[in-house]
Amino acid sequence: MHVIIAPMAGTVSQVLVQAGDAVTSGQDVVILESMKMEIAVQAEVSGRVKAVKVSEGAFVDEDSILLELE
Amino acid sequence: MNPDEEVLAKIEQIKQGGPERYRQRAKAEGRLLARERLARLLDPGCGVEDGIFADAADEGNPADAVITGIGKIHGRTICYMANDPTVKAGSWGPKTVEKILRIQETAANLRVPLLYLVDSAGARITHQVEMFPGRRHAGRIFYNEVMLSGLVPQVCLLFGPSAAGGAYIPAFCDLVVMVEGHASMYLGSPRMAEMVIGEKTTLEDMGGARMHCEISGCGDMLVQRDEEAIDTARRYLQYFPDHCDSQPEVVPTIDAAKNPEELAHLIPTNQNVPFDMFELIEHLVDANSFLEIKALFAKELITGLARLGGRVVGIVASQPKVKGGVLFVDSADKGARFIALCDAFNIPLLFLADVPGFMIGSKVERQGIIRHGAKMIYAVSEATVPKISVIVRKVYGAGLYAMCGPAYGADATLALPTAYIAVMGPEAAVNAVYYNKIMELQGEEREHFIRERREEYRRDIDLYKLASRLIVDAIIPPSRLREELINRFAVYASKHVTNPRKRHGVMPV
Repeated sequence: MHVIIAPMAGTVSQVLVQAGDAVTSGQDVVILESMKMEIAVQAEVSGRVKAVKVSEGAFVDEDSILLELE
Repeated sequence: MNPDEEVLAKIEQIKQGGPERYRQRAKAEGRLLARERLARLLDPGCGVEDGIFADAADEGNPADAVITGIGKIHGRTICYMANDPTVKAGSWGPKTVEKILRIQETAANLRVPLLYLVDSAGARITHQVEMFPGRRHAGRIFYNEVMLSGLVPQVCLLFGPSAAGGAYIPAFCDLVVMVEGHASMYLGSPRMAEMVIGEKTTLEDMGGARMHCEISGCGDMLVQRDEEAIDTARRYLQYFPDHCDSQPEVVPTIDAAKNPEELAHLIPTNQNVPFDMFELIEHLVDANSFLEIKALFAKELITGLARLGGRVVGIVASQPKVKGGVLFVDSADKGARFIALCDAFNIPLLFLADVPGFMIGSKVERQGIIRHGAKMIYAVSEATVPKISVIVRKVYGAGLYAMCGPAYGADATLALPTAYIAVMGPEAAVNAVYYNKIMELQGEEREHFIRERREEYRRDIDLYKLASRLIVDAIIPPSRLREELINRFAVYASKHVTNPRKRHGVMPV
């Protein structure tokens, strides 16, 4: 299993995938808002989304798990 | 055998290095031998070497496990030391240390760059009294490195281990290139860590090349093979003068890899939407001239050397694509160090700013974001080389200072039409100033009030207004930016500024 973590503290503004979706390495999967900037979080590896661990509007700390891939 | 043949035969024997089985092992692992590394590094046929007979009359370790000498790279003189890992694992004995000290002294006397080709298991503990504690013992190597720092370029190519005290050789160099899978740097080995503090770890995880280039920041460039490390050093030195009182070479100009006319389409007008600053750099600099330093570390800030119209510049650029281009503890350190490097060797600085400021929150405050940020601002302030700051898009708060805003001795502050300079963005600013009032209002009335105040705020920091107040020196159409920078750096080449006389400042660290 591979996890995708938040690169910095912020608010989840969009979750672009859902459980079961196939993702490819480099694809944007979550958009965070932090310091008034949109921070696109990418999948580092290809795989399938096993679980989405956050919902839109939630505050996440740096290194929080956003998604689990399998 | 005549006397000539006898000497040459002895030299040839020493040049073979350590036992055949170690040489074979190095080959099998895809490594070059020490003298093969030097053959690739240096221009052919013009070198001299000292101390080849070191230790020959005593224990008989060939050259005492280090090769030291003078050669040329692209026709320019340099000094070098190269550990020979086939001789006692490249470890340091008393003569090894003396040879390294002498080549450092030579580099200082000749005022030429010094390269350290490191691949060493560290000190020979059995000889510690003769090479560890004294005046001309190992400690003096690091002392000399500090004295040479900023006088001549010092580059470390790390092909293998650099253990314990030896790890300070790379630590004091301007640039550390590490070969993945082979190079390592650590104070205590994994075995020692387990014995002393009970930690179970691996060499790669604790002191490997990738870890140092991505996380600790002790490594500057990660490469895959010995050959690549050597080629990187040859390329890097082309951007540098021989010493601090000479100038980098100017070469004929080459067009940018991407058409500067297309620059305008690249930069999103929505300040909050990221874009890739590398693209902008490719549209600005001479084709294939960009050499990124610390590419894997603190990627929200880009640092690298390039040529503009044939002249060397050091680029410090926000990367909005990574963490929004916000400055963190590591990116501030990265910026500070690179600025100091360029300033030491007369390399003009180009700042490309698109920065929402320094990161806020309890985590970074505990990491000391203020003193780390201060380090970058300190380095910007101290730098007396030509400095141009280009305001690409938003530049908020102390981000303006760290990216060489008008107060920091910039020779010019240039704004693209997308530039936006403020203490903070309109949303945050209106909230900060009118918080109580906003809280008193409800519904549509509140929305209307906020909208009005934000518009007012935007009008106040309108770019043409800032230009009319001489905050920015010029507004440049993106398509003209390359040309403008080439012209300005050519003009500023005669800049001569000195900071107030003192012993030295007290730099925040």
